[in-house]
Amino acid sequence: MELTKENILTLLEEVKDPEIPVLSLVDLGVITGVEISDEGHVTVNMTPTFAGCPAMDYMKKDVERTLDKYGIPDHTVIMSFDKPWDSNKISEKGRQHLKEFGLAPPPKYNLILDLDILEHVKCPYCDSENTDMRTPFGPTLCRSMHYCNDCRQMFEQFKPL
Amino acid sequence: MNELAIKDLLYKLADDQLILGHRNSEWTGFGPILEEDIAFSSMAQDKIGHSLAFYTLLQELGEAEPDTVAFTRNANQFHNSQLIELPNGEYDFSLIRHFLYDNAEIIRFEMLSQSSYEPIAKVATKLKGEVKYHVLHANTWIKNLGSSTEEAILRLQTSLNEAIPYALGMFEPSKYEQELIEAGVYAGEEAVKAEWLKRIQAVIEKTDLKLPDLNTIEPKLGGRYGEHTEHLQPLLDEMAEVFKIDPTAEW
Repeated sequence: MELTKENILTLLEEVKDPEIPVLSLVDLGVITGVEISDEGHVTVNMTPTFAGCPAMDYMKKDVERTLDKYGIPDHTVIMSFDKPWDSNKISEKGRQHLKEFGLAPPPKYNLILDLDILEHVKCPYCDSENTDMRTPFGPTLCRSMHYCNDCRQMFEQFKPL
Repeated sequence: MNELAIKDLLYKLADDQLILGHRNSEWTGFGPILEEDIAFSSMAQDKIGHSLAFYTLLQELGEAEPDTVAFTRNANQFHNSQLIELPNGEYDFSLIRHFLYDNAEIIRFEMLSQSSYEPIAKVATKLKGEVKYHVLHANTWIKNLGSSTEEAILRLQTSLNEAIPYALGMFEPSKYEQELIEAGVYAGEEAVKAEWLKRIQAVIEKTDLKLPDLNTIEPKLGGRYGEHTEHLQPLLDEMAEVFKIDPTAEW
C-alpha cells in the first residue's frame, strides 16, 4: 500500500466509536489531520468529541493498533484541541449510520445552541417531529433523551455541540 | 508573560472544575428523579474532563502530571472558590450552586476563548460549548421550580440566600489580576462578575425568587489563596482514597 493521506483515512474507516460501533472515527469527525513526512512518518491528529469522554483514550490506542496492524509502525497519534470538534463535523454517511443504529443524528446548526434546537428532534424510528426532550443528559456524555409522542418510544439523540 | 500568573489562572479554573465535579458525582444514585441523577452524573464527568484539560496545560508549563496534582495536594494548596466545596445539602442547594457557578463559568470560558494565551483560548473554545448544556439545565430548573409550589420557592430562596456570599467569593481577584488583563490573557473577575449579575438576574426575574441586595453582603473570600472551609479536606481525602492505596498503579 502506498503511504498517502487518502489510504490512511481508508484504513481508519475501520476504527469505530466503541460506544457507537456503527460509526467510524472518520465519519464522527474526530480525525482532524493526517500528515506523512518525506521519511514516511505518519502523524494522525485527533480531537475529542467531549473533553470528558472516557472513550477517547481507547480510540487513540485503537488508531495506533490499526496503523501497526497494516504495517505502519512509524507513527505518532496526537490528541489536541487545535481543531475543536463540533457536531457539524459528523459526515452524511455517519448521520445515516446513527439513524439506522436508532440514535437521532444531531441537526446541522449555526453552532449557537439553544433549547429550541433540542426540542422536537426527529424520531429515528418513525421520523415524527412530534417529540419532546426528556433530559439533555443521557447514558453517555454525547447523548440526550427524548420521547416520541407518535410511536410512543423513548429514543436518544447524539447531541448537537 | 509572567508564567506564575498563567499558572494561577489555570489552577483556579481546574480546581473549581475538579471539586464541583466531585460534588456532582455525589448525586450518582441519590438524585431526586432518575433524570436528575443522570444529569448531575453527566455534569460530573464533563467537569472532571474539563479539569483534566486545564491540568494538562499546567503539566506543559512544568507542573506535575494531572493525577498527582489532583490527588496529592492538601486543602491549602487548592485554588477553588469556597462555594464549590460546600456539601451538596439537599437538592435545592445543589441546584442553586449549580446555577450560580455555571452561569459564571460559561462567561469565563467565553472570555478566555478570546485570550491572547493560545493554549487557554483553544481549551476554552472547546469547553464553552459543553458548559452550555450545564447552563441550560440549571436555568430551566430554576425557572420551573422557582415559580412552582410555595415549598419549592421557599427552599430555593433559603438556599440562594445561603449561597450568595460564597458565590461572590468566586470573583475574588488574583494577585496577578492587572497583569493578566493588560496582557489580554483574561478579562478579569470584575468583568466576569458584571456579566454574571446580568445573566442570573434575567433568570431570577422570571421566577418568584428574589436576589438579595448584594451591597449588603460580605463575600466569602480566601478560596483562591488556599483558605477553605472545613468541608474541603474530607472531600479530598475521600476523592484520593483509592489513588493513595497505590499511587503507581496503572489504571
